[in-house]
Amino acid sequence: MRLKPVLRYKSAVIGIAFLLFLIGVSVYTVITVPFEKAAQLWRAGELTWLDSPRNAVPAWFNLFTSTKLPETIIRDTRDIGPEVVKVVVPAGQNIKILKAELSFDYDYDDFPSEINLFFTSTFNASQPRLTVSWVKPDGAKIVIKELSVGREDRFFISSDAEVVKKLNERVENLLKEKPVSELSVTAALFAVEDASILQPETLKVLKGRYTLLVEGIMFEPTADVDIKLVVYGKVYGWAGTDHLRRDIGIALLWGTPIALLFGVSAAVSIALIQMTIGAVSAWFRGVVDTFMQRIVEVFLVLPFLPVLIMVSTLYKVNIWVILLIVIALSSFGPGVKNYRALFLQLRESPYIEAARSYGAGNLRILLLHLIPRVLPTMIPSVVLSAADFVFLEAALAILGIGDPITPTWGKVIEDAFYAGALFKGQYYWVLLPSALLAATSVSFALIGFTLDKIFNPRLREM
Amino acid sequence: MKIPGWTLFLVRRGLILSATVVVAVYVTIYIANMGGYVDEIVRGEVLLRVSESVRANPAYRGLNETAIRNLIDQLYRNELERLGFNQPFIVRSVNYLWDALSLNLGRALFLSSDSGSRSVRIIIMERLPNTVLLFTTTQLVLFFLGLFSGLYLSRRYGSRLDRVMSLLTPLSSLPGWFYGLFLILIFASVLRVLPYGGMVDIPPPTDRLGYALSVLRHMILPVLSWLTAYFFISSYTRRTFFLIFSSEDYVEVARAKGIPEHLIMRRYILRPTLPPIITDLSLTLIASWTGAIITETVFNWPGVGSLFYVSSVIFDTPVLVGLVVIYAYLLALTVFVLEIVYALLDPRIKVGATRG
Repeated sequence: MRLKPVLRYKSAVIGIAFLLFLIGVSVYTVITVPFEKAAQLWRAGELTWLDSPRNAVPAWFNLFTSTKLPETIIRDTRDIGPEVVKVVVPAGQNIKILKAELSFDYDYDDFPSEINLFFTSTFNASQPRLTVSWVKPDGAKIVIKELSVGREDRFFISSDAEVVKKLNERVENLLKEKPVSELSVTAALFAVEDASILQPETLKVLKGRYTLLVEGIMFEPTADVDIKLVVYGKVYGWAGTDHLRRDIGIALLWGTPIALLFGVSAAVSIALIQMTIGAVSAWFRGVVDTFMQRIVEVFLVLPFLPVLIMVSTLYKVNIWVILLIVIALSSFGPGVKNYRALFLQLRESPYIEAARSYGAGNLRILLLHLIPRVLPTMIPSVVLSAADFVFLEAALAILGIGDPITPTWGKVIEDAFYAGALFKGQYYWVLLPSALLAATSVSFALIGFTLDKIFNPRLREM
Repeated sequence: MKIPGWTLFLVRRGLILSATVVVAVYVTIYIANMGGYVDEIVRGEVLLRVSESVRANPAYRGLNETAIRNLIDQLYRNELERLGFNQPFIVRSVNYLWDALSLNLGRALFLSSDSGSRSVRIIIMERLPNTVLLFTTTQLVLFFLGLFSGLYLSRRYGSRLDRVMSLLTPLSSLPGWFYGLFLILIFASVLRVLPYGGMVDIPPPTDRLGYALSVLRHMILPVLSWLTAYFFISSYTRRTFFLIFSSEDYVEVARAKGIPEHLIMRRYILRPTLPPIITDLSLTLIASWTGAIITETVFNWPGVGSLFYVSSVIFDTPVLVGLVVIYAYLLALTVFVLEIVYALLDPRIKVGATRG
């Protein structure tokens, strides 16, 4: 019924549409990713995320670039298929011979970011002995390393100094010339091996089918080895990953309900409390009024952020406690003075006099006559201030005093800022959460300004 | 009759304001000490420092364990007494209050100034010029830009420019530091023409002119971020404010009488709007010297805001209380002066007559 005048304003329609979208996202997130799971994933550290690349850009980047960035490729011998072969042949009483081939098609224009191997093996006393080699699409076979593997073992191919040296020597022998700068493992394994490999600017990816070959000997009848190859890409999901390989998408999704809830509940409760204090102050006047006004003045001097910082540093609080502290510190904010002025005018109006004359009590006049009269005029400023509180949460996170557990937009910006994302050109990391923050806040502002025009008709023509 | 009314009013307001300052400073002291919790931190820190220095001292090598313990205990007590920590917190909080109010700011617990001093006064005075340079300048520019563009827009409201400005106002719902992030991204990260943050180049230029130019270059982005963030809203509020005042009945009457437009502007619109404008200006200027914690963090600007931040993170109570007490005094003084100015400027405000 009241919505029609609002919808007359295009800006408000945009604002409402985006807020509805965010509410939809929030509902979806809360239903599909339970909070415990999100918080656990976010705090899990690198072990949980070992299969995702570090600092990968969102996958949709590939739509806008001519060079196609690689996605992450995972091949696991526990998941046998056309591209994964594993054969174990007994040779004698105790010895078994293992041969595993993990192949994949590589059709990207850029090199992978990392390559890791993970081994899971069962044995009693003697470790299996393996030889890892790499077969390029042109048939060239490179022996990367020989190693014995433990029960849960990893081989970080791309950061192994020995492998780097070996591969560089191979290129040097092949072309009778040294590369201008030392080749990285990923480049040496994936590049076309002609003169172009010598210059870092002319490195070209050799496209086609690659195979990782693992041959080995196991020295016990019950021994077994499973191998997982992860060729890390440079794109991941819809939001990319951060320096700890975490999917930023999780934080962006969960940030939505948290930002909305934080902003709206802070704005609404602070406005209601301030209004109530203003009403009580104006209605009772005298000692009550003086006392309340002095408290407001004391709060004017107290530094808001430092107090908030100290309390949350000391008690390591979660985000809802921070919300309570924010509300407590703002209850006697300067807004009280405005509401008081409003109520001072109202209390002299005839209908209040009428109420008093038929013997209405203080509480009745306050709750039934004064406060309902002011409530609608508050709405625009409440909507406008919701935007500020969404940003307050982000600001607290950037100062490093946010909730350490909950993934929020501000947390992502903080991580990006302190990991030097702006310095290293990892813009997606800052831009996505910032865009969400900005859009949320502008939506609130658009709606708020429109409501302001409707509720204060004096401004409408201006 | 008139003069006693004035003095009574001033004395009364002065007393109320002083009481507010005292209470506010005490509350700050209480919060900054976390009701005595910071004592535990300081005691722990002192004990660690004393025992480390004793154990590292070769002169005490020969002593046995009990003797060393006793020595540490003795030194620890001495140190606590030196810091005044042998009294209960309530007693000390009153001492702190008195020291703070008499601007005897004392020594910082953990922080020290760049020149190596522990004196709170020196630490604050070292940061203050940086913040005043950045934020007071920004606020002044912002204030006058907003004032004049508001005035201009209010005289031709409904024009295309006016509509565009109103349309852009929601951009001000994003805070200054947030625009700062984007400006850093564009000008420092992509274009590489301006620095990421800080106040001067490293190493700082040796000649005075080079130094000033370097500081100016570092100021561009923070100033720009605040202007982008707050210019639209401030000119919009000023415009609306002037519009409301220029549709008052007495302005219509003046127009009907045929008074020239510039006189109407000066006498009938600007004069009654002057008190709130002056209040705004003085309060923003006073508030500007406390800096902006987040903007200073984002731009790595060594000002009062980051001092506020660091001192509250590590609970350096004396520094925090020092900052608050200076702000409280300045604020109270400004409010006091403003009330006098109000009474002088606006003849509608009659001191004494309307009270009660």
